[in-house]
Amino acid sequence: MKFTVSWLKEHLEFDASLDELSDKLTSIGLEVEDILDHSKKLDAFRVAHVIEAVPHPDADRLRVCKVDTGKEVVQVVCGAPNARTGMKGVFAPSGAYVPGTDLLLKPTKIRGVESNGMLVSEREMGISDEHDGIIEMPEDAEIGASFVHLAGLDDPMIEIAITPNHQDALGVYGIARDLAASGFGKLKPLNTTAIAGAFESPISVRLNFTDVDPMPCSKFAGRYIRGVKNGPSPKWLQKKLLAIGLRPISALVDITNLVTFDLARPLHVFDADKINGDIQARLAKDGETLLALDGEEYKLDSDACVIADDTHALGLGGIMGGELSGCSEDTVNVFIETALFDPVRIATTGRKLGIESDARYRFERGVDPAFVEPAVEIATRLILDLCGGEPSEVVIAGEGPNWYKTVELRKSRVKELGGIDVPVQEMVTILDRLGFAPQEAGEVLRTTVPSWRMDVAGEADLVEEVLRIYGYDNIEPVPLPIENVVAKPAVNAKQRRVRIAKRALAVRSMMEAVTWSFLPRAHADLFGGVPDDIVLVNPISADLDAMRPSLLPNLIAAAGRNHARGFTDISLFEVGSEYHSDQPEGQVMVAGGIRGGQTSSRHWAGGGRKFDAYDAKADVLVLLEAVGGPASSVQVVTGAPEWYHPGRSGVMQLGPKNRLAAFGEIHPRVLEAMKVKGPIVGFEIYLDNIPLPKTKETARPPLVVSDYQFVERDFAFEVDVEIPAETIIRAARGSDKKLITDVSVFDIYQGEKITAGKKSVAFSVRLQPTDRTLTEEEIDAVAAKVIGNIEKATGGSLRQ
Amino acid sequence: MQDIEKLEQDLLAQIGEVSDLDALESLRISALGKKGSVSLMMRGLGQMDPAERQTVAPKLNKLKNTVGEAIERAKAALHAAALDAKLAEERIDITLPVRHETTGRIHPISQVMDEITEIFAGMGFDVAEGPDIENDFNNFTALNIPPEHPARQMHDTFYLPEKEDGSRQLLRTHTSTVQIRTMQSKKPPHRIVVPGRTFRSDSDQTHTPMFHQIEGLVIDKTSHMGHLKGVLAEFCKAFFELDEVTMRFRPSYFPFTEPSAEMDIRCTFAGDHVKVGEGDDWLEILGCGMVNPRVLEHCGLDPTEYQGFAWGMGIDRIAMLKYGIPDLRAFFDSDLRWLKHYGFVPLDVPTLGGGLSR
Repeated sequence: MKFTVSWLKEHLEFDASLDELSDKLTSIGLEVEDILDHSKKLDAFRVAHVIEAVPHPDADRLRVCKVDTGKEVVQVVCGAPNARTGMKGVFAPSGAYVPGTDLLLKPTKIRGVESNGMLVSEREMGISDEHDGIIEMPEDAEIGASFVHLAGLDDPMIEIAITPNHQDALGVYGIARDLAASGFGKLKPLNTTAIAGAFESPISVRLNFTDVDPMPCSKFAGRYIRGVKNGPSPKWLQKKLLAIGLRPISALVDITNLVTFDLARPLHVFDADKINGDIQARLAKDGETLLALDGEEYKLDSDACVIADDTHALGLGGIMGGELSGCSEDTVNVFIETALFDPVRIATTGRKLGIESDARYRFERGVDPAFVEPAVEIATRLILDLCGGEPSEVVIAGEGPNWYKTVELRKSRVKELGGIDVPVQEMVTILDRLGFAPQEAGEVLRTTVPSWRMDVAGEADLVEEVLRIYGYDNIEPVPLPIENVVAKPAVNAKQRRVRIAKRALAVRSMMEAVTWSFLPRAHADLFGGVPDDIVLVNPISADLDAMRPSLLPNLIAAAGRNHARGFTDISLFEVGSEYHSDQPEGQVMVAGGIRGGQTSSRHWAGGGRKFDAYDAKADVLVLLEAVGGPASSVQVVTGAPEWYHPGRSGVMQLGPKNRLAAFGEIHPRVLEAMKVKGPIVGFEIYLDNIPLPKTKETARPPLVVSDYQFVERDFAFEVDVEIPAETIIRAARGSDKKLITDVSVFDIYQGEKITAGKKSVAFSVRLQPTDRTLTEEEIDAVAAKVIGNIEKATGGSLRQ
Repeated sequence: MQDIEKLEQDLLAQIGEVSDLDALESLRISALGKKGSVSLMMRGLGQMDPAERQTVAPKLNKLKNTVGEAIERAKAALHAAALDAKLAEERIDITLPVRHETTGRIHPISQVMDEITEIFAGMGFDVAEGPDIENDFNNFTALNIPPEHPARQMHDTFYLPEKEDGSRQLLRTHTSTVQIRTMQSKKPPHRIVVPGRTFRSDSDQTHTPMFHQIEGLVIDKTSHMGHLKGVLAEFCKAFFELDEVTMRFRPSYFPFTEPSAEMDIRCTFAGDHVKVGEGDDWLEILGCGMVNPRVLEHCGLDPTEYQGFAWGMGIDRIAMLKYGIPDLRAFFDSDLRWLKHYGFVPLDVPTLGGGLSR
């Protein structure tokens, strides 16, 4: 909402400075977003005298002018057709900023002739579109005088943000009323005295609705004015509209705009001679069309409310008038429409048709229902003043909504909710100035909500009214009472695991990414797909249409983007949600990561190698341990989801029903489909599936260490290649669960030296006695048991 | 006698000339070994008469000690020289770069969420969460956002397909949904903060279709706007790590709060950098207010008994402010260079006791 200070002063008497005004507006909830103060911005533009203008020696269209700026005489090359000897124009010296062309002036040469400064047009000054020539000032204009001042442009324009509850402030008068309520100046009364009608309106109005609730148009006031003369509106009106960015059109149109912005009361003026018969408000017929004032033809349906004559729709009620019934230079008789429309229907229709208009903006937020007749009188007076003519009597249909409502405010609530003591007298004054007509009745103030504040519905709203005018700044900050002197943890066990998971993976040299929760459905399909009910109806773009069923695709796509930048060694992770249904239980917390390229870049000491599935497996194990999961008892089996390499992937589980993680090389077909170069390994850890400790026990189990040295024995077995190492390890461990504390595989061999289809697995077994040193015989006995167990479990044999 | 002195001189001269340990050992054997020159002389003592022995023996002993010590000294010197030579051989080029060790990074959003959690934990808040895919009631109706409100329209909210019963799920447009879930599932008092993902159909220089918010909610029987200001003032000082942050509360409008306010903090814009805490400009950082009685009613709470306040703040935005990160969109691009530069090493765990940031 834009207005100028002088406009505001038409409704409000005040002496405060622009800064004070701006601060006050913001403090009462009318946030100042911008102030355009031409007097500062265009101060350098001064009246100058063109002493002489002669043709440029090398350019037909240019003139070389000697310009007296009041301070000095400078030479200026000017291209304007009206630059001539003796004229007075507006001059900007070198160093001045020219807003219309976004140019900082400096001394220059134009076709070889020196030029200092510029004689400007209105467009170059950024004050209008006028660019037929440079500005011509009257002969008596004082040389060196400020153009902004002479042109009356030293009237600062203020733009404020209007919250949806402040429909009253969509007019300058409402802003003045709000300021006056805060004690900032004195509100001047509006002249709404009725003008007597000279004749009966030849056009009648009616509301033609059956069984529609609420009424799409609940009140319609109209007036016929005959014998008007339309034409350009007077300068003062044009200036006002221009100052807030509106284009003056003609007196009749400008008057409707003025009332809209001055009083937040949109209205419409029809060319009465273009109306067939009487006027009615009705719902549109399906398929009915309307050529609107914006030049577009709209196809309507029966949800739209139109203003129509006996044959056609004339306009979209409360949104936009029609082109065919609009006023022109030739208009002689007019009909004023001042109506009330249902805000919801206005919003729906406006949105459906995609029409943004100042009328719609106001009607969908609510227009003062008690200001229909006064608006007719104000509009009539303006038309008579500017266009002449003779008014009919006012015709009215409908009564409008019942807006009368009372709200009680317990005096104590201001303090209870606001935390500040506002004297009761102050509350009364504020509410009174705002139009709530408060009445003290014991512990409460009884108020009547003014017709222009349809948003106010309850006690809390009144508390806000009192507080915002009294000043939020007056509320003292106080600390919240502390319940626990030493704070308790804010996170629960699951939330804590999420935090730990992130840091555990970052410690393992992975970079944390945060990627979209959505992705292209084609990517989702590569990772198990998503049901239709989690595909967005209105995605921001076609390739962000499905909720992600896995964290991996977005990370892999990120790897692709990094590849394109030349970075191929990649370790990325994300801890976040994947989605499997549109219900809360379908959202699952996952730690996912990918690694690709080399573990470290080429180095003189060697050491880099390609990431492989075991890196992903290690990531999973470290994370399980970090979050307190059962890293040692987890089962590692094959059977990872289809987006993993079938032979190089696995699953970690606690029994077949509780899958904790999947890991391995990403399936090359998936990478190919995503056009990302592999190999890439990855993992997904289902954090929600990791069992939480049953009780919170801070004490650790006692440390048990043996005083006797452990013994290690190495074995190598030849087994079928299919036999998992896990089988050998379990068999070895099972040979003496008490004595054997560790089994570690240190070599795997497959090749010429052993039978085809076999592999050699070498491992070391650690025996840890607890009460004495083991004898050679005892060690041999365990070793024999290990061999026997493994032979039995694997069908393999000890390599000799 | 003269033999002894001569032998000593000869031996000491030979020791002085020896240049390696093997030669020194041969020399030791030739002098002090069983058949060595000194040993042979010692052996001669037995044939001497006692008087002569008494004069010769001490000299021979002295000779043996002197030679022995000289050999030990020479040995030590040779050892030292040998070690020096060996170390000289072992010299490395200490300017060569070390083996690559990379540390990962924590994303600024995670880090800032941890910082915020830390601060609010100190004020007695718990972290609450809710799902990203929500129903219409929790996201709108319960928050007093009527069906015709513009926020419900397609251009703001991401919707999922309509079901047979006409309902449709949506991606939550704010974390305020968790206000409703919390109030419906637990009894007051409530003091929660809700960090999380939020979604709006908006994409330009300063908006991304997904972003992060942190919601705060306090519900009890007495908390008022003074407390709201107090909590936010403490938060701003702690988060921006400043002794004073000048704040301004402006009346504003949100359907779910009444009275409503927006909070600005003082700042200075210097080029593309924003300095928070002081200056001539104001920067809006959050919206807040007293929970609207209608919201309490929707959650089954009696507004004549319970009251409280709520606020919502953009995590990404305050992360950008605090850490001078220029572009919101880069948060979600996973550019390794960006993550390394703006991310945090995992050991930088924000705590109140140890400091939120370095």
